[in-house]
Amino acid sequence: MKKRGIGISVGTHPAGLKGGGDPSQAQIRLKPDGTFDLLNGAVDIGQGCKTILRQLAADELDVPLENITHQNIDTDTGPMCTGTFASRVTFMDGNAVLAAAADLKRKIREWAAEYFECSPADVEVANNKVFVRGVPEKSLTMGEVGAMVNWGGKFLVGTGAYTPGPGQQFDPETGKMTAIASLAFGCCVAEVEVDTETGVVDVLKLVQVFEVGKAMNRLLCKGQNNGGAMMGIGFGLTENICPYYPSMDFAVHDLTDYVITTAADMPPVMVEDIVEVPHPNGPRGAKGYSEMTASLAGPAILNAIHNAIGVWVTDYPATPERILKALEAARA
Amino acid sequence: MAEYVGKPVLRYDGIGHVTARTRYVDDIQLPGMLYIKVLTSPVHKGVIRHLDTSAAERMPGVAGVITAKDVPGKNAYGLIPDQPVFTPEHIRYKGERIAAVAAVDEDTAMEALEKIKIDIEEQEPVFDPFKAMEPGAPLVRPEGNVWEFNSGKTRKIRFGDVEKGFAEADVIVEGTYTTATNDHAPMEPQVSVAYIDETDRLAIYTVSQDLYFHLGMLTAIFNLPMNKIRYIGGTVGGGFGSKNDIHCDHVAGLMALKIRKPVKYRHTRREETAYTTKRGPWTFYFKDGVKKDGRIVARYVKTVHDTGGYAGMGPYVVDKNSILVAGPYAIPNIWVDGICVFTNKPPCSSMRGFGIINGTAADQLQTARVAEAIGKDPWEVHFINAWRDGDLGATQFKVEAAGLIEAMKRAAELAGIELPAHLKAMSSRGR
Repeated sequence: MKKRGIGISVGTHPAGLKGGGDPSQAQIRLKPDGTFDLLNGAVDIGQGCKTILRQLAADELDVPLENITHQNIDTDTGPMCTGTFASRVTFMDGNAVLAAAADLKRKIREWAAEYFECSPADVEVANNKVFVRGVPEKSLTMGEVGAMVNWGGKFLVGTGAYTPGPGQQFDPETGKMTAIASLAFGCCVAEVEVDTETGVVDVLKLVQVFEVGKAMNRLLCKGQNNGGAMMGIGFGLTENICPYYPSMDFAVHDLTDYVITTAADMPPVMVEDIVEVPHPNGPRGAKGYSEMTASLAGPAILNAIHNAIGVWVTDYPATPERILKALEAARA
Repeated sequence: MAEYVGKPVLRYDGIGHVTARTRYVDDIQLPGMLYIKVLTSPVHKGVIRHLDTSAAERMPGVAGVITAKDVPGKNAYGLIPDQPVFTPEHIRYKGERIAAVAAVDEDTAMEALEKIKIDIEEQEPVFDPFKAMEPGAPLVRPEGNVWEFNSGKTRKIRFGDVEKGFAEADVIVEGTYTTATNDHAPMEPQVSVAYIDETDRLAIYTVSQDLYFHLGMLTAIFNLPMNKIRYIGGTVGGGFGSKNDIHCDHVAGLMALKIRKPVKYRHTRREETAYTTKRGPWTFYFKDGVKKDGRIVARYVKTVHDTGGYAGMGPYVVDKNSILVAGPYAIPNIWVDGICVFTNKPPCSSMRGFGIINGTAADQLQTARVAEAIGKDPWEVHFINAWRDGDLGATQFKVEAAGLIEAMKRAAELAGIELPAHLKAMSSRGR
């Protein structure tokens, strides 16, 4: 018999290392034609940090996006970054890039103040131009600034770094440890159909919503949300290296036996969305959240299985074998 | 004003990725490059009594063989640096590295591995973390099978008074949950290319997720300052935490330093699945004290994490899990005991979420059971317990910019579920 059920799950996710103390740095330099090189040490692992760090730099410098290149190629040239993990790059590197852009703007203002013979406070950097506020004839394009600065024997480089605070240890007695950069949130609703003869579960519908502070780039969020959902379905239903755990017998070593979800396993209805509660310390309000996209589908599906068949499967993944055993135990 | 933040700007390198213009590490071919294969332990636990690589070294096509003797610096790496690049003596899991061969191609390197003579005294392994904790269990580690935190053999989180909470509760709900060993299975497996560059520096093309973090570890292994290693990476074909640990760079780097020729070491999918670090399996025991109205007033959690033969990020993962395993709820009394156990399995380390996915997996089944036990809709339990601004978490951090209620309202709407008016009226901005 095929039985349907609905389950929900909620969760939260912090940005950065537990205990904090995971800084990032960034550097932006002005080229002779008024374009910019952004350098940092974060790895683009597919999450798209090259894209959003450019977006942040372009906004802060108020210049066209295509005028900013991004490079993170090696440790000779890339400033320090603790690494691409713990949903931290948007928050830490994002803040470092904003700081570097602000630093470069300050240096451009100081250079222009000398050129225009005014106070740096009166110089504006906006709309890809540098000008004296309220004096339209005292204005230079960024291209003109780049040429005059670099061919004039100057080198303007903005640098920035960010850490949410010093590293912390747990208090050994109470476990007190308050260093958390940001907390993102999420909710998942799963609808499943369980075949009580075979134990096979079909996920019919999956809804995921994440509260991300501020979505830097909705396309990249969509990628994270849908990709994470598929990883979560695998966590919930199929993925197990040691099927006879704790025994190592029949431990699996290839992708025939270690079953990860593919496009063919996508639920017919898959919906994702974001909501935004800006974080006071995040770059433009952003939080880090991407790891959580894989956390919620699994428990929502197992709760939906319980809703469908009335018995609990409490071991992940909920394989057909485990579902049939749970049904058998309930009948006995 | 430029306003790119918030806009669906196309991925900077996206077209390059999908049209195969992106150069990944395995695309790199250097003139005269040799290929590495690694001899791994065929047993789960044992002691190497004798190792003879001379026949492999003499084989035509072989450029070099390295073992623990060829590590110029510290033969140890990891967040907790306790795993040798090549084990000199003790074998703690099946698949542990013993020696590496560089040859003209991978087939020749595989043949050479078969010529390495090794005498291993096999010992009784322990796989079950609960058995590993028992007195008299075979020792995975000389210092004992349970990791010592600064709080002893458990990571202790003590918030409020759980016994008082249980006494005040109307219902006690208990549950035990387990999660499995997971593989990251990134599209790009582990690979490393190393050579001595034109300035006599060691250059390594890497798939590392964490250039500086791993650069630090490599300086210790090679006994070189940071500026004598050119660590090249930055674009990676997926990792999900598997590339938070070094799997090939140390081996390739040591080989290049010894034979001074370019080398490539790449995992087959089978090697990737068998030998890289995993998301470790867990057992969770929950005991909740609940009021009839759905408020969770006490939550006790005991977790047992199986980290395999080396610490890696295991204790870190237990720490991170312990912070949030009680869920995103304003529970006044929380007690968490997190335990990290060594067994004779491949080392477990980080994978997407550092233990939080496992905690969520358990806590969300438990919380659904809480709702069932008191006959409430699960939405009601999530809403009334959800963190609001200013609430304290289990480790006494203050919640700010809370957004769970807002996420739940939107999810219910998209799922076509009509929430009761009193839940829709709630907000994370206050109770």
